[in-house]
Amino acid sequence: MATQQTQLLARTLLTPAVALLFIWMIVPLALTIYFATLHYNLLDPGSESFVGLENFRYFLTDPAFLASLQNTLVLVGSVLAITIILGVPLALLLDQQVVGLSIVRLMVIAPFFVMPTVSALVWKNLLMHPVSGLFAWIAHLFGLPAIDWFNDAPLFSVILIISWQWLPFATLILLTALQSLDEEQKEAAEMDGASAISTFIYITLPHLARPITVVILIETIFLLTVFAEIFVTTGGGPGLQTTNIAFLIYSQALIQYDVGSASAGGLVAVVLANIVAFFLVRIVGRNLEA
Amino acid sequence: MGQITLQGVQKSFGPVHIIKGADLDIADGSFVVFVGPSGCGKTTLLRLIAGLEDVTGGAILIDGRNVVDVPPAKRGLSMVFQSYALYPHMSVRGNIAFGLKMAGIARDEINRKVESAAATLNLTPYLDRKPRELSGGQRQLVAIGRAIVREPKAFLFDEPLSNLDAALRVQMRLEVTRLQKQLGTTAIYVTHDQVEAMTMADKIVVLNGGKIEQYGSPLELYEKPANLFVAGFIGSPKMNFVTGDLARQQGATTIGVRPEHLKVERDGQGGWHGTVSVAEHLGSDTFLYVDAGPQGMLTARYIGELDLHPGDKVSLIPDPARIHRFDDSGKSIHA
Repeated sequence: MATQQTQLLARTLLTPAVALLFIWMIVPLALTIYFATLHYNLLDPGSESFVGLENFRYFLTDPAFLASLQNTLVLVGSVLAITIILGVPLALLLDQQVVGLSIVRLMVIAPFFVMPTVSALVWKNLLMHPVSGLFAWIAHLFGLPAIDWFNDAPLFSVILIISWQWLPFATLILLTALQSLDEEQKEAAEMDGASAISTFIYITLPHLARPITVVILIETIFLLTVFAEIFVTTGGGPGLQTTNIAFLIYSQALIQYDVGSASAGGLVAVVLANIVAFFLVRIVGRNLEA
Repeated sequence: MGQITLQGVQKSFGPVHIIKGADLDIADGSFVVFVGPSGCGKTTLLRLIAGLEDVTGGAILIDGRNVVDVPPAKRGLSMVFQSYALYPHMSVRGNIAFGLKMAGIARDEINRKVESAAATLNLTPYLDRKPRELSGGQRQLVAIGRAIVREPKAFLFDEPLSNLDAALRVQMRLEVTRLQKQLGTTAIYVTHDQVEAMTMADKIVVLNGGKIEQYGSPLELYEKPANLFVAGFIGSPKMNFVTGDLARQQGATTIGVRPEHLKVERDGQGGWHGTVSVAEHLGSDTFLYVDAGPQGMLTARYIGELDLHPGDKVSLIPDPARIHRFDDSGKSIHA
């Protein structure tokens, strides 16, 4: 029914929304690009001057940049691996018929609804605290010394917290996919003489390829920008051990008050995210084609 | 060899008895169809034979060996599912080969068997395609290919043609029958479609409410139904049943006459009088739905075209040799 008139009407009606979205996106981007070319420090007001690409050179050659890039990749990769490797068996368990399953499911999904800040605080103060934490208490029960998680294994601790938050998401997506697996296919495999393990490898896992792809793509988008958990627990430290790109940019802008360098960092992060997305879609996106 | 015997097979899901004791002897190489209305237990019975459900009681013998505790794959049967249940991420070749691969057969041997099965079913050009790239009929063939490649003692078909359109169903019906005769393998076929049952079967098992009502060849069931249920279920349109005085004169509680055994006469003298309420003209046949007063609504089938219209008076004369008589309990009375 696309007559010329309806097309014109549709475009006219869409224009305000599209224009608003466009402005919403383009103004911050333009300002960021503009700031990135300035010497602009909040501690030194009135001294703004054009410095070209100097901020980029400064940000990229900063040793903190490479360290935080590495932390970002380790964090994303580890959380992805943990959530999928644990999410698949967890989803398989939750797919079984057991009494009280709806309550178990609700409890498994619950961590995803806890705010990142809150869950980080709970982990930091109630669980991982070397003096008053639950883990320390358990260690004492066995006569072991308490682990000072955020000093001894800071990045691992952060990964643990974030994995705990994202595991329910992976489990939930994989569980819904499992429930859509045709029962007759499993029976056909049974008739074909496949053992439980063969059925898992040849029938279930290929069926899960697509949801796993979805989990990887969505989690990557959010994990590249993890901030609250780091801010609350370690503040990027000790040293740079838990500083990721997002936290580095924050510290440039609001700890060192260097707006110019932070803007340059923000643009670098955008480019990096796009590079990751590009490879990700190339590698795993094939699974999404029907 | 593929001789299957059921001895008092029972199945309950909790308090619900689905199969209330089934006894059956299926000869090697025969094509047996389980037919019955929805919920009669025909699919459950097939799944019990396959091993996908555990029996509650009784024994299932395959070639004389009780297999109730044998897992499905070790029973030497293969099944064609209603939804085909093809493995969507595997090619046609992978689908057909899967059972052989699981059995640990050498790759050369698998390839040879898969290719010979594909040739039998004219699937060779499609071997490297995925199931989603095939039509409904081709998918069905792949599912059959997966069944025949394992050279089973018997095929189990669970309403395999119900997802196909009418024309393709007729074609696949012939194909399955031809294949079964060619391979000479025992087949058990579940359907709710009595035309499929009548055309494909060597022997039909009519099931109702978890019980076997009758077991016999298609024509036996048509000509000598054991009871009211079988009489009403086999044959289309349904048999006419008349109770009351007319039946009592014949020494029965109920008498049944098939529509094709009622002779239709315009304003005739004998037989049962009535008024045509609906006339269906198919060209090859004419179906008349006649309001016959005390006998109720009767259906008559006339071979060829009969120029009758609603409101016309007719008389229906039953063929005396083709009247079925049933007693109080619904059982057939044989003279």
